Amino acid sequence: MSSDVSTGARHDGQASPEPPDRPAAAPPARRRSLAEWRAGFTRFLRTEPLGAVSLVLIALVVLVAVFAPLVAPHDPLLQNRTRITEGPSAQFLLGTDDLGRDVLSRLIYGARSSMLIAVLTTAISLVLGTVFGVVSGYLGRTRDLLIQRVMDTIQSVPPLVLLLFMAVVLTPSIHGTIIALVIVITPSFNRVARAETLRIKEEPYIEAARATGAGALRIMTRHVLPNMMAPLLTMASLLFAGVIIAESALSFLGIGTPPPTPSWGLMLSEGVRYVEMAPWMVIAPGVVLSLAVFAFNLLGDALRDFLDPRLHR
Amino acid sequence: MSAEPTVETGQETPILEVRDLVKHYPVRRGAFGRGAGVVRAVDGVSFRIPRGRTVGLVGESGSGKSTTARLANRLVEPTSGQVLFDGADLLATRGRELKALRSRMQMVFQDPYGSLNPRMTVFDIVGEPLEVHGVSRGRARTARVTELLETVGLSGRDLYRFPHQFSGGQAQRIGIARALATNPDVIFCDESVSALDVSVQAQILNLLKRLQRELGLSYLFIAHDLNVVRYMADELCVMYMGEIVERGDSDAVFADPRHPYTQLLLAAIPGHDPATAKAKDRAVARGEVPSPSAPPSGCRFHTRCPFAFERCTAEAPRLRTSPATGRAAACHLLDDTSEGGPS
Repeated sequence: MSSDVSTGARHDGQASPEPPDRPAAAPPARRRSLAEWRAGFTRFLRTEPLGAVSLVLIALVVLVAVFAPLVAPHDPLLQNRTRITEGPSAQFLLGTDDLGRDVLSRLIYGARSSMLIAVLTTAISLVLGTVFGVVSGYLGRTRDLLIQRVMDTIQSVPPLVLLLFMAVVLTPSIHGTIIALVIVITPSFNRVARAETLRIKEEPYIEAARATGAGALRIMTRHVLPNMMAPLLTMASLLFAGVIIAESALSFLGIGTPPPTPSWGLMLSEGVRYVEMAPWMVIAPGVVLSLAVFAFNLLGDALRDFLDPRLHR
Repeated sequence: MSAEPTVETGQETPILEVRDLVKHYPVRRGAFGRGAGVVRAVDGVSFRIPRGRTVGLVGESGSGKSTTARLANRLVEPTSGQVLFDGADLLATRGRELKALRSRMQMVFQDPYGSLNPRMTVFDIVGEPLEVHGVSRGRARTARVTELLETVGLSGRDLYRFPHQFSGGQAQRIGIARALATNPDVIFCDESVSALDVSVQAQILNLLKRLQRELGLSYLFIAHDLNVVRYMADELCVMYMGEIVERGDSDAVFADPRHPYTQLLLAAIPGHDPATAKAKDRAVARGEVPSPSAPPSGCRFHTRCPFAFERCTAEAPRLRTSPATGRAAACHLLDDTSEGGPS
């Protein structure tokens, strides 16, 4: 232990400076320029094949929703009283519903409201819940107390009752549905984010950041947030499915998406009544809904793995 | 430089001086937090770190070593006391000034991996102090980070790798590079090598010594491994239950420990050092550390001290500095004779 050790790194512990078991030139993982974003995207497609599949599925749904008027074979609202509950045929690929409307066209148009509601609700709740949760957990004290009591209040009311109340207050509309669902779902994200913050707060690297002189805002955004992506993304992909189901419940009760505007949830709840005479009315939206939920779950998992530098590479 | 650090030299202000630092943690019992007591984590600690020197802080787990370091750089707010950093009252500064002082005192932690954010690249980790203190940006920052990595024995190729891709020793080098980023005057090393293999420990210790020589750094070096402290420290503070029980020139304390607790500590070193063997003959350890929420009356060490007598249970000994040697110890046995420990 006496002499100088300027070449010490070469003998450090188990790994040499250039571990032979992984590629030495790990690509830069900073997110800065457009080129790096593109490189990151390519890497995502390469390392997460399931994620790529889910992206294709989601892109498909989004494209169909955006170009619904071009894709749909019929007017989704056009009723044809002479051709009600017809099975799939060349003219009506997925059959017709109880009012003689084309199920496929309604499905295509329904993607608009369903995707809009599900994506927006999940995204807004994720952001709100996370911000409140991190602030609450990291700053603590009065802020924590206030935020958590508000969340307690929301969660103490049964979700359906709260949704009913909100929907009545806000009158049936898509943005009303989104607001109501956001209020119901935000506390879930908030709890997860707060619990994660309390855990991460005790990590030595947080103290290390404080020691370098970093402020609370910087620590929350640069150190706390990135380390809780895994549970948040999992939570988001689970709740995404929940939102679509909840939207269908609202529509079923006549306070969600106002008929005759089609939405997947609405189609499901209408179709249930005719499941014996026209099963396609349930099966078609059911399958599409499941696929969409599945795709978002896959995407959530893939993103979680992709964003964790400790996995792969 | 050769002046005894514990004696008033009057010429040079120490880079860091700590006076009567106290940290009490409230203990809550019952549903409404009444009937509260306090844990005396740090109870009246004073020391100074002369420029370019290393002060070692030793003591067993829970003696308040780590808390002392965190009080000294204000990661934890002291209950009372004073911290003078380069003559400035650290506890009175706020905002911008505090941040400026912070950039001059950095810390190297115990857990090499744990103290690095697993989601950040080496560039972001080492560059963070530069960003926080607005030292450099863009290409200049990349150049500075590369330079820092080379200073600690890593290379620019490691810039965009993540902590988990390094060995423990390399990870600790990253931690050291981060601490060096803002050109600090003082670095607090909190058990900085205790999580490493012995061979790697030696490399890190030598690196720290080299950096001290080249950059004129001062260290507060905390460790429970006495051999490590002996290698690193110019001056030694021995802590027991939140108090400094002995303080003095490192070599002198190791050669001739005054306080019974120091003697016990040194006796506990495994090895074949003759000084240790001597200490072993003198004292035998017994008992456990009492609860810091209910410290013993009088001298806190009396419950375990082989030499305890009545006065020790009644009266707390003061840390008295011998003017001749500059050494200090808090023990009643040393009151009558200023030279020589209990025998």
